[in-house]
Amino acid sequence: MGIAEQNLVGVAAGLASCGRKVFAVSPACFLTARSLEQIKNDVAYSDNPVTLVGISAGVSYGPLGSTHHSLHDLAALRAIHNLTIVVPGDNVETAAAVDAAAGCGHPVYLRFGKKPMPGSLTGAPLSEFTFGKGRIIRAGSDGSIIANGETVLPALQAAEALAEQGISLTVVSMHTVKPLDTELIDRLSADGRPMLTVEEHSVHGGLGEAIAGWLMQHRRHLPFKIMGLPDEYTVTGSQLEIFGHYGISSEGIAEAFLSLLV
Amino acid sequence: MHPDQLIERSAHYRRHLLSIIHHAGAGHTGGSLSCIDILNVLYNRILDVSPETFSSVSRDRYIQSKGHCVEALYVVLADRGFFPAEDLDTLCRFGSHYIGHPTRKVHGVEQNTGALGHGLPMAVGTALAGKLDRRDYRVFTLLGDGELPEGSNWEAALTASHYHLDNLCAIVDLNGLQITGPTREVCDTQPLADKFRSFGWAVREIDGHDIHALTETLEAIPFEPGKPSVVIAHTVKGKGVSFMENNIKWHHGVPDAQQYARAMEELGAGNTFAG
Repeated sequence: MGIAEQNLVGVAAGLASCGRKVFAVSPACFLTARSLEQIKNDVAYSDNPVTLVGISAGVSYGPLGSTHHSLHDLAALRAIHNLTIVVPGDNVETAAAVDAAAGCGHPVYLRFGKKPMPGSLTGAPLSEFTFGKGRIIRAGSDGSIIANGETVLPALQAAEALAEQGISLTVVSMHTVKPLDTELIDRLSADGRPMLTVEEHSVHGGLGEAIAGWLMQHRRHLPFKIMGLPDEYTVTGSQLEIFGHYGISSEGIAEAFLSLLV
Repeated sequence: MHPDQLIERSAHYRRHLLSIIHHAGAGHTGGSLSCIDILNVLYNRILDVSPETFSSVSRDRYIQSKGHCVEALYVVLADRGFFPAEDLDTLCRFGSHYIGHPTRKVHGVEQNTGALGHGLPMAVGTALAGKLDRRDYRVFTLLGDGELPEGSNWEAALTASHYHLDNLCAIVDLNGLQITGPTREVCDTQPLADKFRSFGWAVREIDGHDIHALTETLEAIPFEPGKPSVVIAHTVKGKGVSFMENNIKWHHGVPDAQQYARAMEELGAGNTFAG
């Protein structure tokens, strides 16, 4: 289609309306901002089963700067009806999500990073994958870390480090931001143990606020923190350097969880 | 349908769309009157589609990019039997499917439109699917001249010629007026034919109210093999009602009882459908 994202999404909608399986691929920063109206109207509102694939999402493009970062996409897309939003955490989830998107018959947004993902965060093949059902990567009893995308790995590493201090945490790859796995959130919050969310997105409007919204409206009062990119001009550097600056690292995540215990 | 019957059908459609706009107290009167002859010819002479074949993969497609003129589409679809004409009494009422822009909840509507600059890209995708699937259906889309500054139109125009979509026909309802003023003063898109030609399209310019010219032209697509076709239809906003013609206040003006009676009289109410 050339560099013409609005047209890309409109054409994709037309193709999909004729029964073709369509994957519309573009960097997430452009796909979900420049084409937002096409996503809202041509894809979601018209229920044309396009799979929108946002690549190099979050701060994957690191030193290229804010024009190329997409820290808004989950917030913008969550407010659009009839769009499943998926942020896989490893290769097995990615493969399953692509298959599920191709077969589901409705609009889907798949959000991918840039660098190679872990093969399987659990070291095992996926036993099942369903949109809207979070994947427990690690089970524990002292609280939970709920993450998605490329932040699941450092979240898991943080949990492993804390386990050495006798703190046993559940780690969830919440690959589907919408529809949210509220049954799992219900279960993890039932005993009031601390909960930390981590994502490569603005702290506004992403996974963390989706979970916070559910907790507040179900009277679940527990130590809770959203980790993500703050509402400021993002520092520049590689993705890992930016992550490190904002504490999205195994050390930073572990520290953030410990702060919930105070 | 014989050309004389088509001309009478246009009068009938004009009366009907004015009646539903008057009844609803809302609607895009001027633009619906400017494009109704185009829709008349499309649905009665050109498009291979009917209520029975609407789910067929090989049907011709019509996507209305200038979605705000949905009243014109509604009355034509009702006349073609897609739904009972009485349904339009609910236009813009709470809970009605017959809202102010095309929605697929209404039988016969291909795509949800209303935001401008969306029809052509979707039509390009639909035409491209036809080529990929080796089906011989054709795709028509109606654009308003006021929406042509939307950049997505020109992205799609490039794509259409790149893929040689000669199964695609865009029709520009060039009535020269948009909500904020004359199109030439707001953002001049002339010379429009040259622009489309330079984007690789085959162009015809006609009087968009001339039933004969519309029929002959739309029957002739593709104008050139391997190229998408565009018909620049010169029209009059508010066409058919003297006090509405070329008067910008009728972009979404709604006739009061007196204006409605006068308009119906001008349109020959009593001959067939009185609304």
